[in-house]
Amino acid sequence: MAQHQVNYLKDGGLPVALTTIDKVVNWGRSNSLWALTYGLACCGIEMMASGASRYDFDRFGTIFRASPRQAELMVVAGTLTKKHAEFIRRLYDQMTEPKWVISMGSCANTGGMFNTYATVQGVDRVIPVDLYLPGCAPRPETLQYAVLLLQQKIRRESASRAQKPKRLM
Amino acid sequence: MRAYTPKDNVQKKPYYTDRYWVAPQVAKSDVSEDAVFASDLELIKTKFEVLDAFIQVGQMVVIINAVDNFGVIEFLKNELEYNQLSEMSAIDWLAQEGKFEIFYQMLSMSKRKRLRVKCKIAEKESIQSIEKLFRSADWSEREMYDMFGVVINNHPFMKRILMPEDWEGFPLRKTYPLQGDEFAQWYEVDKIFGKEAREIIGPENRDPARVDRYDTTRFARLGHEVPHGADISQGEPETPLCYQENEGVFLIEKFDAEKSVVISDRDR
Repeated sequence: MAQHQVNYLKDGGLPVALTTIDKVVNWGRSNSLWALTYGLACCGIEMMASGASRYDFDRFGTIFRASPRQAELMVVAGTLTKKHAEFIRRLYDQMTEPKWVISMGSCANTGGMFNTYATVQGVDRVIPVDLYLPGCAPRPETLQYAVLLLQQKIRRESASRAQKPKRLM
Repeated sequence: MRAYTPKDNVQKKPYYTDRYWVAPQVAKSDVSEDAVFASDLELIKTKFEVLDAFIQVGQMVVIINAVDNFGVIEFLKNELEYNQLSEMSAIDWLAQEGKFEIFYQMLSMSKRKRLRVKCKIAEKESIQSIEKLFRSADWSEREMYDMFGVVINNHPFMKRILMPEDWEGFPLRKTYPLQGDEFAQWYEVDKIFGKEAREIIGPENRDPARVDRYDTTRFARLGHEVPHGADISQGEPETPLCYQENEGVFLIEKFDAEKSVVISDRDR
């Protein structure tokens, strides 16, 4: 029994860590980025591969959720058509603050090779984007790196800022 | 076919000068060559007016008046055993003759023959639906309306199938620009934010090769990341790629390669 007791006199004393609210909150936010399941095209396959066991997003705390109300990260994986544009905006509005967006792949960044009448030329025309991820399609490692970069970005933010919703315009 | 001209010395004549080249036509042959088609055509001719008929690539093409389309296809289905409609759509000949060509590709499983029924309608004319005969015509006719603007009579659900319902214009017409007209280019902005947002959001970038090297509000070079909106026209500092901050992350111990142990004995 005794061996499970905390020895307050060892390892620098009491098990207390002093820090700021910002750091604690951002630690929580950056390590539990729940992403909205949002595969629009072939990039969605890479996103699924990133979530599956080989690349394993769960170890970064990124868990795909089927509901925008439980998600704070939207990975726009694929071609956004003009018909779908209003729905991506509606889903983005349904996500709770704070929220972040990764635009994954050439089509989501700029319309990519679909320089046509039916494709939105970059999702940043519809929703504000935090991270643009190049590639066609980006490999799962690239998406992992993007999530880690986004975690760094979140840790740099002030958690106690007035919660101003992000605006495109 | 064009006569063959040797193209060995391409340097001598670098420009393509064959300006009046006409696309080669698929050879047509007479219907009497095929006994099954010939008897079918005779039966069609007893009931309907046939403008032209010939055989192309082993398939009979029958050109009829547009008003007869339901009758002809009903006759083909019920009397002549053409029991499958494998394809139907329209072709835009508006620039050449001001008409749409509507074609119905039929297949007879018992006769092992394919037959194509064609008719032409003017731009503003409508055509009778054959959805009552073939359920597969339902979506094809909706697509025809969506893409070409051909109006179908007596269709049970005459709405657009691919484009949004409030879309303007018919994208598969030859006159429709590939990158969209003004309505298409502003569609998502108008719909989500309203027309007054056009000036703020700005026009689409339709130049796929456009790269703004010094744009730091939207892009960052890997390994040269700078703060949002920083001026990098004088060059940017190098920042080493790192998965985490150098000083480490709060509550997370940084992996140290020095302290790590490589396990060589897997039965350890």
